[in-house]
Amino acid sequence: MSEGLGERTAADNAGKQLAIEARGLVKRFEGTLAVDGVDLVVPYGAIYGVLGPNGAGKTTTLRMLLGIIDPDEGERWVLGHSNPQAIARAIGYLPEERGLYPSMKAYEAIAFMGALRGLPLAEGRRRARALLEANDLGYAAERQIRQLSKGMAQQVQLLGALVHEPRLVILDEPFAGLDAINQGKLERLIRDLAAKGATVIFSTHVIAHAERLCDSVAIIAGGKVPYAGSVDAARDRIPAQVRLETRHADGPWRAALPVQARREGAFWHFPLPESGVEPLLRALIEGDAGIQSLSIERAGLHDAFVAIAGEAAARALETAPEAAR
Amino acid sequence: MSGRPMRDERLSLIQAAFVIARRDFVAILFSRAFIFFLLGPLFPIAVGAIAGGIGQQVENAAAAPQIGLAMQARDIDRMLAAHASLAPRMGQALPDMAVLERLAPGETFDAAGVLERREGNWGGVLTGTPAAPVLTVTGERTWWAGPVALVAAVADRTAPTAYPEVKTQTVATSGASDTRGRMRTAQVGQVILFLLMMLLAGMVLSNLVEEKANKIIEILAAAIPMDAVFLGKLFAMLAVSLVGIAVWATAIGGVMGLHGFERLFGGAISLGGLPEPGVGWPMFFLLAIVYFAMGYLLLGSVFLAIGSLATTVREVQTLSMPVTMAQVFVFLFATLAASDRGGWLEWSAMAFPFSSPYAMLARAAQESALWPHAVAVLWQLVWVALSIRFGAALFRKRVMKSGPRLKPGRRFARSAPRPPGPGA
Repeated sequence: MSEGLGERTAADNAGKQLAIEARGLVKRFEGTLAVDGVDLVVPYGAIYGVLGPNGAGKTTTLRMLLGIIDPDEGERWVLGHSNPQAIARAIGYLPEERGLYPSMKAYEAIAFMGALRGLPLAEGRRRARALLEANDLGYAAERQIRQLSKGMAQQVQLLGALVHEPRLVILDEPFAGLDAINQGKLERLIRDLAAKGATVIFSTHVIAHAERLCDSVAIIAGGKVPYAGSVDAARDRIPAQVRLETRHADGPWRAALPVQARREGAFWHFPLPESGVEPLLRALIEGDAGIQSLSIERAGLHDAFVAIAGEAAARALETAPEAAR
Repeated sequence: MSGRPMRDERLSLIQAAFVIARRDFVAILFSRAFIFFLLGPLFPIAVGAIAGGIGQQVENAAAAPQIGLAMQARDIDRMLAAHASLAPRMGQALPDMAVLERLAPGETFDAAGVLERREGNWGGVLTGTPAAPVLTVTGERTWWAGPVALVAAVADRTAPTAYPEVKTQTVATSGASDTRGRMRTAQVGQVILFLLMMLLAGMVLSNLVEEKANKIIEILAAAIPMDAVFLGKLFAMLAVSLVGIAVWATAIGGVMGLHGFERLFGGAISLGGLPEPGVGWPMFFLLAIVYFAMGYLLLGSVFLAIGSLATTVREVQTLSMPVTMAQVFVFLFATLAASDRGGWLEWSAMAFPFSSPYAMLARAAQESALWPHAVAVLWQLVWVALSIRFGAALFRKRVMKSGPRLKPGRRFARSAPRPPGPGA
């Protein structure tokens, strides 16, 4: 378990109901360690992102949370239950590998997925048509899946995961394969679900979606979770970046710049020193830098992800090469 | 968490299996595969009819082997006259005879040389005299010695032979013809059972592989027990097959009921002449359906378990080939056992689960007792249950390639509510 997660569990989630709590999940496939002690804590009603590079163990983790596969070690509590499959009606799932019966009509496919989660077929059909209409796909209701574009089929499958109105929605790489317009629609849909009280957990390796949508994220790399917590806290892990433009190319003020400072054209870039911006400014003025412009930019989640995942992957490779699946 | 709402609980095994079975049933029933399933039995019948016709033509074209007479001229004439007088009475039991060579008195003849040189269409050569005939034949025709002796005996008499007139009375059936007819019924039943089972087991396997290829399986695995997927698929195909059987039965019944049907094939099919099976027609049909269901469930669960191991159609073909061949052997075993009534072979075939449906169907055709069928159905039910349980376990374990190590009591344990603690 990562230090960050432990701190958050104690400090931030105290007194909160948890939709998902996983402790020390381990999964091996034929001797290969796919997931190595993953901990996750997801509060009710949250939009939670599971971030990680390809092959980091995201899908395996989600499958364990769903009960599709059992962990070799560790335990999980989903909506308060140790066996997620026992409460399958409360869960909606969109797998990474999309799958539908090609000969089924779109509305039938949605109703069938609802039926798998206990929704009566007639009610499922009614809701399926309504959902398709609400998502501008009403015209495709009677079309067979094989007649739909890949993106449309993906939307149909997503609606199938939601037709029974689940309390917990797990989406594995839901943005993959969607164009920009449909990605925007999906983001709105996820926000709507959360607004209605559902807990949404999704995996992605496109950080921008998580940055826009998520309250909290877990970064998985090499089968481990090096970070889990709020998006803001993740960004705070990376120092703010200073962007400095000076009139003079050299002078005594250069001694005030940290060693990591690098020059790109007319600008200097370097992390904001721990002492803060005021000592830096004073040193630059006293050193006659001739400040033309100075801006401080907060690190994005992307930078934080690259730094955290990169470090974790490097550590994993050093300590346990088999962990990097 | 005992107070959780009921709507959160997943479907029961039976409910989930029903959802899968309903989907598969409707999908298959309205697919091209079902049309082929309905037409499927016509292909072997058509091929059999064509092959039979060709075989008949070939047989007709090939002249029957003859016995060549190499005797003195007078003896040949007497032999031919005797043959002519016996032929109408003995029919095909009497080999054809023709003149090979009329010998001069004291002349010898190399009968073995004629046969070794493979001259003409001679199946044997008769030399010597009617009083002391010498028949030279290959091993498989030594039985010709009997008919030849009869012809020679008639030829050797000086007075003409008087044959009494035998009046014939024709009846529909007899114990002997019933036994033979019932054996034929048993064999036909076994063949139909075998074809149906292989066809369906293949279909259920293709259905599963298609599902794996469509990536549906993960959605199913997330929502319902994998055992339910297994059961649903198995029983959906059974239901489809029962619909198919009903269609066939209706079609056959309708065609047979047509006025003048029996004349369609030159009287070759005479319904009145079909021997009634030992248990009677209605019970025979009922038992045929029951044994078909048992046999299919046994074989289908094996095929589904195989399907869970395979990821591609090629892998399926490789894996299912040994099972298919084994099933052919089982079928042949049961067919052979049908001829060993009351023997250890029949008992073995009835006891071995995979041959039991065939063997019992043959028994239903030949014997009237019903209690053995009650015992056999119970016995087969036990094996069906074991087969489904084993197949479903393998299916569950392998179909998602999850391979979790089974911990005692864990798999089938009900969900426990989360204990109170930090973070809850």
